Amino acid sequence: MRESTHSVEHVKYLRSLRQNAVLVRVTQLLLLVGFFGLWEISARYGWINAFIFSQPSKIWVATVRLATEGNLWMHLGWTVGETVLGFTVGTLAGIILAIMLWWSKFFSKVLDPYIVVLNSVPKVALGPIFVVWLGTTITAVIAMAISISIIVTIMMMHTGFQEVDPNQIKLVRTFGASKGQVLRKVVIPASVPTMIAALKVNVGLSLVGTIVGEFLASKAGLGYLIVYGGQVFNMSLVMASVLLLLVVSVILYYAVNFLEDRAVHGGS
Amino acid sequence: MAIVELKDVQLNYHTKNGEIVALQDLNLTIKDQEFVSIVGQSGCGKSTLLSLISGLLKPTKGEVKVNGLPVDGTTGRVGYMLQQDYLFEWRTILDNALLGLEIRGEKTAEAVDEVREMLKVYGLGGFEKYYPSQLSGGMRQRVALIRTLATKPHVLLLDEPFSALDYQNRLSVGEEVVRILRERKKTVIMVTHDIAEAISMANRVVVMTPRPGTIQSIHRIEITDQGLTPIQTREVPTFREYFTAIWKELNVNA
Repeated sequence: MRESTHSVEHVKYLRSLRQNAVLVRVTQLLLLVGFFGLWEISARYGWINAFIFSQPSKIWVATVRLATEGNLWMHLGWTVGETVLGFTVGTLAGIILAIMLWWSKFFSKVLDPYIVVLNSVPKVALGPIFVVWLGTTITAVIAMAISISIIVTIMMMHTGFQEVDPNQIKLVRTFGASKGQVLRKVVIPASVPTMIAALKVNVGLSLVGTIVGEFLASKAGLGYLIVYGGQVFNMSLVMASVLLLLVVSVILYYAVNFLEDRAVHGGS
Repeated sequence: MAIVELKDVQLNYHTKNGEIVALQDLNLTIKDQEFVSIVGQSGCGKSTLLSLISGLLKPTKGEVKVNGLPVDGTTGRVGYMLQQDYLFEWRTILDNALLGLEIRGEKTAEAVDEVREMLKVYGLGGFEKYYPSQLSGGMRQRVALIRTLATKPHVLLLDEPFSALDYQNRLSVGEEVVRILRERKKTVIMVTHDIAEAISMANRVVVMTPRPGTIQSIHRIEITDQGLTPIQTREVPTFREYFTAIWKELNVNA
């Protein structure tokens, strides 16, 4: 090992770094195990009402039943599919609209107050309107997901476009670049980091939109399971769905991170 | 032969608070293969002058001609080097050097080969696939120069092109850039704050008055005619005389 060349102090320092990292992991794990352990024990000894709070062992049974009796994957599929679709459409449309605002200063000035107002409206409040317009369909759920992510995308991307170094634009203009070339050669590539930040925000927002949409207008998906479980007082089903939702959101988040790594490695 | 001609040029800027006359009654003729430095205080309109010649700005009054033709918008026939290299971090060195050709729709196989050759000749041969952040300041500046030369401009405008470099690099990069520009027989107009830099490179040094900017005087620098490099020029005894004369003129305006 190379450690033999280090001084005693340095070896100690490295060891303390490693020990600290291990300690953090162990504590994180203990916290998780402790939380579920305490929950299970409290339910078994009747310290809490298991009918209302459910308990980890019942949640596990509910999850397994969901998986074996066939419709777990269907529900997961709906939620993930709707989220991905809402996310994709919301992000793409948001970027296109931001490009249009960048293109026309006039329109961006005209629309500015409307975008600010739309951004501050809680989009969830529009849910019932979508249901009336589009029916209790997958379209209504996706509309909900899009409406939550699109305005944020427009604002983030438009700000990003405006923050591009004017000297970089001047440079391509000295070569005689048209407005479209300024957009393609400078503004869009310079805004890739902003785009990735927007993707990260949007993946979470789209999931929120999808779940709310499923609450209101769906016969499938984790949002539907949560509402259904609540209505029939099957708290184990509700909790199982919430935990599955947690897993889905983590997976989606890491999927976006993976895309980011790819983009970064492709770029530099 | 006049390559760049400015006749009775005036340029006004408009702001909410009023109109500013940036340049006034400006007349200047630059000959083929001449190197002209422009010095003057900050805000005297030196960079504005370059923007007029490049076509980024239109004169309020008067005429700007390049190669005998009136300048109408940016055509890319005039090369422009900015204060920093502004290499794009998302492009490789080769792709950065090809930017101008790409925009002008002239990225032919021959043009690409020429750019590769230039990179090789100017010491960047192995760096084609590198990204700008992996290069030193001097190398980056050379890439920026090649990017400008790739479109084969007749005239090059340099806007304080070495100001982002430290003093040591400034001298050596300046030495190289001047050598390259002379080899390629370019007509150069350089704006700078640095009197010594202006004299060491130029055939003529133009001193501008404070706003509204116009030409105060033109100094013919005879010592550069002998083909000395900028650093050699600085060693000629009469260098100091030019320096003092120009410094005094600028100081009067202060």
